[in-house]
Amino acid sequence: MKKVITLLAAIALLSGCATEQPKNRAVYMLLDTSGTYTQELNKAQKIINYLLATLNSGDSLAVARIDSGSFSEKDIVSKVTFDLRPSVMSEQKRGFKRNIDDFVQGVKSSPYTDISGGVLQATEFLNETQADDKIILIFSDLKEDLIKGHVRNFSIPLVDIQVVALNVTKLRTDNIDPRDYLQRVSKWQERVIKGGGEWSVINDLERLDRVIAG
Amino acid sequence: MSTEMLLLWSDSLAVSVVVWFVLIVTAMYLGRSQAHQLINTTSNAVRTVFKLLARTFSNMASRLSTRNRELILSHGRDAVEKNIEREFHRVNKLVEKDLSGYPAVQRKINDAVEKIEEDYQNSVEAPPLPPAWLDGVESMAKRAQSSDPTVSLILENINQTLTKAQKDTLDEYRKNSQARHEALKNMLPTWRNVSQHLNEIDKNVGGIEAQAKVIDKQMKDYEDIRNGEETAVRKLMSSSITQFFVSGLVLIIAILGGIINFQLIALPMSEMVGGTSYLGPMKMADVAALVIIMVEIAMGLFLMESLRITHLFPVISSMDDGMRRKMLIITLSILTILASVEASLAYMRDLLALDREALTQSLAGAAIIEAEFRWIPSIGQMIIGFILPFTLAFIAIPLESFVHSMRTVVGLIVCQILQSLNFVVRIIGNVIYRTGQVMIRVYDLMLFIPLQIEAQVKGRKKVVKEKKAVKKVEKFPVLKEEKVI
Repeated sequence: MKKVITLLAAIALLSGCATEQPKNRAVYMLLDTSGTYTQELNKAQKIINYLLATLNSGDSLAVARIDSGSFSEKDIVSKVTFDLRPSVMSEQKRGFKRNIDDFVQGVKSSPYTDISGGVLQATEFLNETQADDKIILIFSDLKEDLIKGHVRNFSIPLVDIQVVALNVTKLRTDNIDPRDYLQRVSKWQERVIKGGGEWSVINDLERLDRVIAG
Repeated sequence: MSTEMLLLWSDSLAVSVVVWFVLIVTAMYLGRSQAHQLINTTSNAVRTVFKLLARTFSNMASRLSTRNRELILSHGRDAVEKNIEREFHRVNKLVEKDLSGYPAVQRKINDAVEKIEEDYQNSVEAPPLPPAWLDGVESMAKRAQSSDPTVSLILENINQTLTKAQKDTLDEYRKNSQARHEALKNMLPTWRNVSQHLNEIDKNVGGIEAQAKVIDKQMKDYEDIRNGEETAVRKLMSSSITQFFVSGLVLIIAILGGIINFQLIALPMSEMVGGTSYLGPMKMADVAALVIIMVEIAMGLFLMESLRITHLFPVISSMDDGMRRKMLIITLSILTILASVEASLAYMRDLLALDREALTQSLAGAAIIEAEFRWIPSIGQMIIGFILPFTLAFIAIPLESFVHSMRTVVGLIVCQILQSLNFVVRIIGNVIYRTGQVMIRVYDLMLFIPLQIEAQVKGRKKVVKEKKAVKKVEKFPVLKEEKVI
């Protein structure tokens, strides 16, 4: 009988060892609502739906808008940490989707674009979740336009945070001088790396699974 | 450094190499006997160690083989004892069932035989003979035919009376014969009855005879096992190996069943214990599902044990019947409860899967389609969830066979490994010894120049000695003669 128990325990342990304990993920998505970029929010909606379908119980998700002054909790459209029970998690996901749909329908474009404030707010949220993988998704053209007097030219602490710029659209002026676009992207890359984070740009949204699933 | 060492004796490489060669060969020549001794001693020692090791393996293999043999014989003896006991039990049942009515049958047969005898006696009564004076009267009637007509008439009357009497007698006789035939006809069903009873007895006795033959065969096997005959051991061993593989196959099927069972209840379990809490590397929900399946298997083991189908736990087997029955009821109840829980969990799993599917469709922006006949898989899952625990309960039977046969099979494998090790270690020991011998030859090959010189010097010395000896003999011939004497 001892042999049987040992055998069963071994099978159980082996099957247990075969699967690694998955890591908790926290995703903070910033939506640019400045100028004509609001037209791109339908794409953002699809990304959020993808995130909702991919994230599991224990993971956190927050969606916030980028407006004139984004370093504020008020700019968070919806946030959730998924429950351990699958049925409750499904309800949370439905509620989250409803919130986003309502937001996209009633969004008004903001005159200024405070991306740095939004990233700073995202950093705070992600660090509070104590997740294993922290990801900031910036759905923006990365063109920052601050209100006079707002100070944002400092290093943002982004240690262990992955920053992904999504759908970085080319502006009209970029077509005249593409160096503007490259400079914009490289400036943000430099800033993120300086803060201790990882930087990447994904314009083809079908490749998003590399960041989220990986 | 090595170049410096090489060019220690001269700047010319060739000269230096020659000097080194001479030095090394000289050193090797001087230490030749010691080197030979060292190589010999080492190779011998290693060979001895390997020999000892081989002997140890051989002894272990032999001991294990004996133990295996004893184990196989013991298992075989137990199995045959059980078989014989069962056969005796069957015979007992047969005797109780079929031959318990034997006295009644016997009585019936006796009655029937008595009745037949009586009928027979009735049927064999002799027919009445015509009176003795009839011949005299007949002859008188014949003689008087030619004389007086009155006498003739009287005689004619007598003749007629006699003929009538004869006819009446014959009629009576025929009537009696008919009655006797009727009696004989009545005997037929009684005969058939007797024959039927006798056939029944014959059949029952034949059944017992067949059982007796089976018991005889079993007893023969038992005797063979008791005497430790080689054929019996071989037969038991082959049976054990077959059992090992067959029960192993059934266990694999049972494990697959267990995996399906696990898949059925793991997801809904996360609804109870949470989806992300972990016990070591395993999800808590998975652990809970595994525990439920293990408990079901354990209950199945106890159930089979209580039914005395398996004998893995002597404590349960040795319980009195009342306690065993209680245990049977308890384990069966727990198993039924667990099966019901599993059925409900399976249904819950279906609901969760449905909910998840609907959510995925809504996130993908597709319209939610209500699938038709969705209740069929739900009911199917519930039935599987209910049946699988009972099916898993039967795992105890192949498990017992597997555990018993595994001892024999593992013993055989270990025995083979030990014998192989014995062979390999012996070969290695001999190879090392022979390598030592080859090394000595190689050593001498490197010293062939000084050895040749030594051989020549020794040869010359020998020749000188012989010459001296010859001279001495020539000088002192007496001594030579004495020596001859």
